[in-house]
Amino acid sequence: MSLRIVVTVKYVPDATGDRHFADDLTVDRDDVDGLLSELDEYAVEQALQIAENADDAEVTVLTVGPEDAKDALRKALSMGADKAIHVEDDDLHGTDAIGTSLVLAKAIEKAGYDVVISGMASTDGTMGIVPALVAERLGVPQVTLLSEIAIEDGKVTGRRDGDAASEQLEASLPAVVSVTDQSGEARYPSFKGIMAAKKKPVESWDLSDLDIEAEEVGLEGAFTKVEAANERPARTAGTIVKDEGEGGKQLAEFLAGQKFI
Amino acid sequence: MAEVLVYVDHVDGAVRKPTLEVLTLARRIGEPVAVALGAGAAATAATLAEHGAVKVLTNEAAELADYLVVPKVDALQAAYDTVSAGGSLAAVLLPTSADSKEIAARLALRIGSGIITDAIDVEAGADGPVATQSVFAASFTTRSVVSKGTPVITVKPNSAPVEAAPAAGAVEELPVTFSALATGTRIVSRTPRQSTGRPELTEAAIVVSGGRGVNGAENFGIIEALADELGAAVGASRAAVDAGWYPHTNQVGQTGKSVSPQLYIANGISGAIQHRAGMQTSKTIVAVNKDPEAPIFELADYGVVGDLFQVVPQLTEEIKTRKG
Ligand SMILES: Cc1cc2nc3c(=O)[nH]c(=O)nc-3n(C[C@H](O)[C@H](O)[C@H](O)COP(=O)(O)OP(=O)(O)OC[C@H]3O[C@@H](n4cnc5c(N)ncnc54)[C@H](O)[C@@H]3O)c2cc1C
Ligand SMILES: Nc1ncnc2c1ncn2[C@@H]1O[C@H](COP(=O)(O)O)[C@@H](O)[C@H]1O
Repeated sequence: MSLRIVVTVKYVPDATGDRHFADDLTVDRDDVDGLLSELDEYAVEQALQIAENADDAEVTVLTVGPEDAKDALRKALSMGADKAIHVEDDDLHGTDAIGTSLVLAKAIEKAGYDVVISGMASTDGTMGIVPALVAERLGVPQVTLLSEIAIEDGKVTGRRDGDAASEQLEASLPAVVSVTDQSGEARYPSFKGIMAAKKKPVESWDLSDLDIEAEEVGLEGAFTKVEAANERPARTAGTIVKDEGEGGKQLAEFLAGQKFI
Repeated sequence: MAEVLVYVDHVDGAVRKPTLEVLTLARRIGEPVAVALGAGAAATAATLAEHGAVKVLTNEAAELADYLVVPKVDALQAAYDTVSAGGSLAAVLLPTSADSKEIAARLALRIGSGIITDAIDVEAGADGPVATQSVFAASFTTRSVVSKGTPVITVKPNSAPVEAAPAAGAVEELPVTFSALATGTRIVSRTPRQSTGRPELTEAAIVVSGGRGVNGAENFGIIEALADELGAAVGASRAAVDAGWYPHTNQVGQTGKSVSPQLYIANGISGAIQHRAGMQTSKTIVAVNKDPEAPIFELADYGVVGDLFQVVPQLTEEIKTRKG
């Protein structure tokens, strides 16, 4: 039987662009170029490697996001994923992590899955909690923050490098997995891949397809509220000296003045 | 007075500093009730009492150590049920870590609450606690509230001072019934990280970091020598980590540790946005880089344009001399 892999990918504003907030204090997604979150490329890569090593596997990439989020799906398809699902609905604007996990979980169930692979965190929200939330909702094991992953005989195993220890984990499928940027370089789409991606199927679902009410998501459904967002004042220009042989000593003088030594 | 649940991060009974900082913040909102789980939990009580815990709920079941995340969610939920049944629970606070964010998220979902992660400050507000966060690689500061349920908030290390505030800290065994999913993900083996004898990266008052400019694992010795002279932790950029010069556990930045020390010294680091994301909230920033155009200088309170192989050893020597 075919191994069904669903990879969750997010479309995010480019971190090297000038990111800011819109008037309703949601992340402004209009004025900054977006792209497939770099940390989700690692999830796509691991999914493709697992599929390549399996007898029979299918990789579906799934995103919840605005129309432009199709770009993220396209990129994942050109890397080698087989098909894509785009959940898009005007009522989704302003959805928080809890709401996003609801939409993802319903979509994953509808798509059918043996393993879900996510990134370690989105590069805009950087919460790193959606995979745990999706696992909780689906009621399957969470095997998260893996820097090494293998799937064999209906089991997922992997290494989680934590603060205090490095842990070897094991769970049976179905499961929700997330991988870190230590899991291995993501491949670049080849020209052939880019051409092939144009013909791969992209399904579009809205909230009614998933039996989700508008009140459950969006700004209205959010469990948290941003009350203020202020640009951090630019750091006041510091003292920059050129080392003419005494740079280390000058620096020591500065640190002494600041009472660090 | 309202109560606040505080999740305790400890290693075999030794409470890690960020938990004590969270106790400081918790006391602004209510009376801290600590929840300590796993082997050594009961041993945390004295330290927690000293820093304001009125009660310490403990459970040392084997499941907590043998399976990932979910048993801790079950236990924290049991604590939530107990305390919220008894009156007014104002919030659940946790020191931010990879584990605690996932625990917090699943708890929030179960109890129908909102979650805020990586707060750098928490204050009492008219409609419950107000959390300050630093977002978009620290270029913005936001203030947020949880609008549904009992707020669940994780707090970054170095967000508050550690304060003595003696309280009863009475130890109570917390009964926990583990859910069917608790044993879903087995921790087959655990290799504890070797201690370097240096301060914990996220907790350190001073961090000395090296980047691609350090140019080799063997040269990290000069970064370590400076760090040791200052009693600092050692950090590294991803470029240095990817090159295999320093362990990933020391990486500072978006996909490494986020640090907020009193002093951050960046050596041979250009200051890419992903690196800045992990260090931009440091109080004082110092940079040594031979390229005067390096973006790190935009953040620096003091910068030396020069060769780190000259500047850093001279600085280390000078500190030694001054200390006499
Ligand atoms: C999704 C994603 C996540 C990332 N996460 C992180 C992260 O967590 N942490 C992180 O650090 N990066 C991260 N990065 C990488 C980041 O974009 C940069 O590539 C990285 O920070 C560069 O490291 P560096 O400054 O050491 O190297 P470089 O950018 O190559 O800079 C080296 C600097 O050293 C200087 N130098 C060289 N020789 C000397 C000398 N002898 N004396 C003095 N100065 C010298 C040079 O002038 C230069 O400025 C991430 C990237 C992506 C896409
Ligand atoms: N809107 C979304 N659509 C698809 N996947 C998402 C979305 N938001 C988060 N994810 C997934 O969850 C991971 C963690 O995201 P976060 O908890 O927001 O940091 C990401 O790396 C993605 O794999």
